[in-house]
Amino acid sequence: MDLLEYQGKQLFAAHGIAVPSGEVASTVEDVVAAAERIGYPCAIKAQVLIGGRGKAGGIKIAADRAEAEAHAGAILGMDIRGPHGEGPFRVERVWVEGGSEIAVEYYASVILDRGEKKLLAMVSAKGGMDIEAVAEEDPEALVKEHIDPTRPFTAAAARPIVDAAGLDEDVRDEAAEVLAKLAETAMAEDATLIEVNPLIVTADRQVVALDAKVTIDGNALYRHEELAEIDAESIDDPQEAMAREKGLTYVKLDGNVGILANGAGLCMSTLDVVAQAGGAPANFLDAGGGSKAEAIVDALTVITSDEKVTAILFNIFGGITRCDEIAKGIVEASAQLDLQVPLVVRLDGTNSEEGLAILADAGLANLHQETTMLGGAQRVVELAGANG
Amino acid sequence: MSIVVDASTKLVVSGLTGREGSFHGLRNRAYGTHLAAGVTPGKGGQDVEGVPIFDSIREAVEEQGANTSMIFVPARFAAPAIDEAIESGVETVIAITEGIPVLDMLNTYWKAKEAGVRLIGPNCPGVLSPGKANVGIIPAQFFDPGKIGVVSKSGTLTYQIGNELKQAGEGNSSIVGIGGDPIIGSDFIDILKLYEADPDTELIVMVGEIGGDAEERAAEFIASNISKPVVAYIAGFTAPPGKQMGHAGAIISGSSGTAQAKKEALEAKGVRVGESPTETAKIAVEVLRG
Repeated sequence: MDLLEYQGKQLFAAHGIAVPSGEVASTVEDVVAAAERIGYPCAIKAQVLIGGRGKAGGIKIAADRAEAEAHAGAILGMDIRGPHGEGPFRVERVWVEGGSEIAVEYYASVILDRGEKKLLAMVSAKGGMDIEAVAEEDPEALVKEHIDPTRPFTAAAARPIVDAAGLDEDVRDEAAEVLAKLAETAMAEDATLIEVNPLIVTADRQVVALDAKVTIDGNALYRHEELAEIDAESIDDPQEAMAREKGLTYVKLDGNVGILANGAGLCMSTLDVVAQAGGAPANFLDAGGGSKAEAIVDALTVITSDEKVTAILFNIFGGITRCDEIAKGIVEASAQLDLQVPLVVRLDGTNSEEGLAILADAGLANLHQETTMLGGAQRVVELAGANG
Repeated sequence: MSIVVDASTKLVVSGLTGREGSFHGLRNRAYGTHLAAGVTPGKGGQDVEGVPIFDSIREAVEEQGANTSMIFVPARFAAPAIDEAIESGVETVIAITEGIPVLDMLNTYWKAKEAGVRLIGPNCPGVLSPGKANVGIIPAQFFDPGKIGVVSKSGTLTYQIGNELKQAGEGNSSIVGIGGDPIIGSDFIDILKLYEADPDTELIVMVGEIGGDAEERAAEFIASNISKPVVAYIAGFTAPPGKQMGHAGAIISGSSGTAQAKKEALEAKGVRVGESPTETAKIAVEVLRG
């Protein structure tokens, strides 16, 4: 789960990392009221889960009340796309914070390195810009050091990284302290990524986190009540919210071919094969292992609530999942949901013969059986028609 | 021969008294796996269908000679259960549980490393050596004994490919599900090494998916260390780019983690990559039969 900038900063503040004080607001009036309390100049920053906000016009400095009002009106409700065309992400909230006098901009991060199985700390004196570009053009400017999992990562342990990055000498102690606290935050809050760009030095030589990108491990939310609440509120897509409620793994896509498979790998593979057959998948839906009939009814409810869906492919290879349960679910869902769209069903694996017999007995008019994954993909693409 | 599990496996199951644990543990026994013991704290002295239950894994090792542990414990208690297994004296720990917090696994990974214990998983379907032993939830009926070693991040995708191999008349030396979590005990390279040394394995099928750089690392390793043919499949070409924040991930791995990048890395080292599970099985059979 990704946190918005202000949520990340609140987490930083709780762990003793200096951040500018600010307030979150979702209406123009509230932005102006916050700006009046905070004083001018202040920054008005769009809260969206994508980089490149500044370039897209999502971050503005207000010198007075009139500017605060104008910027709030412009930023709230705007659609921001990511640097690679992701999104659009609509701005529902802004973060209003006191303007910072920036002397220098650095970069600092702590991230889980899957390959090395360690946390990795990174620091650069070249902050405030695209860090990927820095890493490519001037790799020595980005200092990377793995954190020893068997020892506490103290400010003293962080100091050599800060030294190697060549930060201004008068702030190195403080920067090392911040780096140690970022690692502490990662471990305490189950974050797999914490990135601060820029980490600034103010005119009066304070080290302050001016931005926050934080990713929390979804598997650990059970031990972080407040973060779990943020997670529950963060889904705005109606199908995704419904799926979450029903305990299904669902990701909405742009196409018109509904997909249901069991297991994440087989489901991804099904999307690929449908795309290869010329189709456009409407969703990823992993029914999980051991799905019962009821879960299938839920899954079909979610898939068909997306109006773009014109045909659905079931690709099931039963291991723990029993094909007869899947078939019962399809029959039940057909009775309950008044399904209009064609269903292409490929059932293989555990109890597939029983499952196929259940489907044959039900005699559903809109049901098409296929015996292979490729056959199923071709058939569903034919039946779905063009993605409009 | 096979790898990881075989006729010498003596299995102890943590969570054998639970619903899932007893279902799969007994299913493994019915397949022919030597199920030596179960472990549930506080239930020592009981039995599940004649399998003795102990309070700790160490007791199961001492009393029954267990050498392989399978973890079926719910996610929030699983990391301590794996740690217990690592310290108990077994050689191999196979963790089926999904949803374990990744930073817990980070600590557990290093404990296993230090103790010299082979950890498979978590969030994996286990290991099957057809005709010899099955530890985990892999449906054994879709696999025959044979010459193809399979190593995979994904369960159901493995069944799909395994079944296509069976229909083509080929079987497997072993099938190892390494799991799809960010931190896993054994990665592709660890298992590739075992297949390289296994005289019964003539060809290796490697099944990967988007995320991380394990496939890219495996490609490098294959080029200089694996003499047997390797055929790969990668899932996730049409997966949507995640709402990615920050760029630190890409910097570390030196790769975007996309399916395309993985395919290219493997092909650059001479590994043939199938477009679909069906094509992958076809290529494997073709290469095996020369």
